[in-house]
Amino acid sequence: MTEIWVYLSAQPLLWLTLTLAAYLLALALHRRAGGHPAVNPVLISVSLLVALLLLTDTPYPRYFDGAQFVHFLLGPTTVALAIPLHGQLKRLLGMAGPLTIALVIGSLTAALSAYAIAALMGASAPTLASLAPKSVTTPIAMGIAERLGGLASLTAVFVILTGIVGAIFASGLLARAGVRDEASVGFALGLASHGIGTARAFQLSEQTGAFAALAMGLNGLFTALTLPWILPMLAGLLN
Amino acid sequence: MIQAIALLLAFQLGGEALRAALHLPVPGPVIGMTLLLFWLVSRGGPDDALRNTSGSLLQHLSLMFVPAGTGVMLHAGRLVDEAWPIFIALIASTVLGLLATGLTLHLLTRHRAGRPQ
Repeated sequence: MTEIWVYLSAQPLLWLTLTLAAYLLALALHRRAGGHPAVNPVLISVSLLVALLLLTDTPYPRYFDGAQFVHFLLGPTTVALAIPLHGQLKRLLGMAGPLTIALVIGSLTAALSAYAIAALMGASAPTLASLAPKSVTTPIAMGIAERLGGLASLTAVFVILTGIVGAIFASGLLARAGVRDEASVGFALGLASHGIGTARAFQLSEQTGAFAALAMGLNGLFTALTLPWILPMLAGLLN
Repeated sequence: MIQAIALLLAFQLGGEALRAALHLPVPGPVIGMTLLLFWLVSRGGPDDALRNTSGSLLQHLSLMFVPAGTGVMLHAGRLVDEAWPIFIALIASTVLGLLATGLTLHLLTRHRAGRPQ
């Protein structure tokens, strides 16, 4: 039994299969809960896998040898977001002005409030630089964090946690604030919570998902272009 | 299905190439998404194979974040040491970002709601 485990645990196949199994279990729980946002598939899958890796004393790099095949699909799936975007293109173009204003206000609010709150609570410099770009999709966020003096892999964790927080709270929070239209909910989800927020938006409707995908792309671009210049100014003010 | 996957990968590759050549600050797949959008506009829309394959992938977008998310275990020490500033900042800033974006767009577009498209 132990021998079989030693053999299998060194194979990419085992952790690839377990990643899919954990996700399918999380998805079943999500559906059983009637799609309730607190039963978030990413959060449950990650919790299951971390528990399993710790129990079996498996290092993360060995896990990733198998899981990288799933990770790779993130690229083509991001490209595929063009299809729902195309479906909503007329509506998106008709709202170009309001979308631009919401982008600037939302993007600066998300990044600067994260930095300011953590700075006032005494977080360390590398943690602060890794937190600031957390609303942006992982590869952009990692690049920005490195330019600001943060840690790329820590940023990836903050990005994922932000995505989960947004996916859990967005619809309830926005409804309470009187915001229920698909465009506003979708755009807020994609802007504040990137791909995980976009995944949540697609659970709500395809229109909501299209607006989330647009916000994710636009916020990535906007943050990459502005944050490296704006953040040092805020850091100067807080010190 | 294979054709559709090859198309998505080709656009991702084009995005990566453009990013490397022009030193753009945006990742290759996001550029690839933009290129594919232009291509769809020029063609008048996706064919059924592309629409179905993309739909299946997007339906499981959550799954693609699981391997990177599991990397949380590498940073357990820092997350515990700085737990309060990190979690308060993450939750508060995400809530503020959602409200700022959603309310701004909602207020700016509210007057259109009753108007036919």
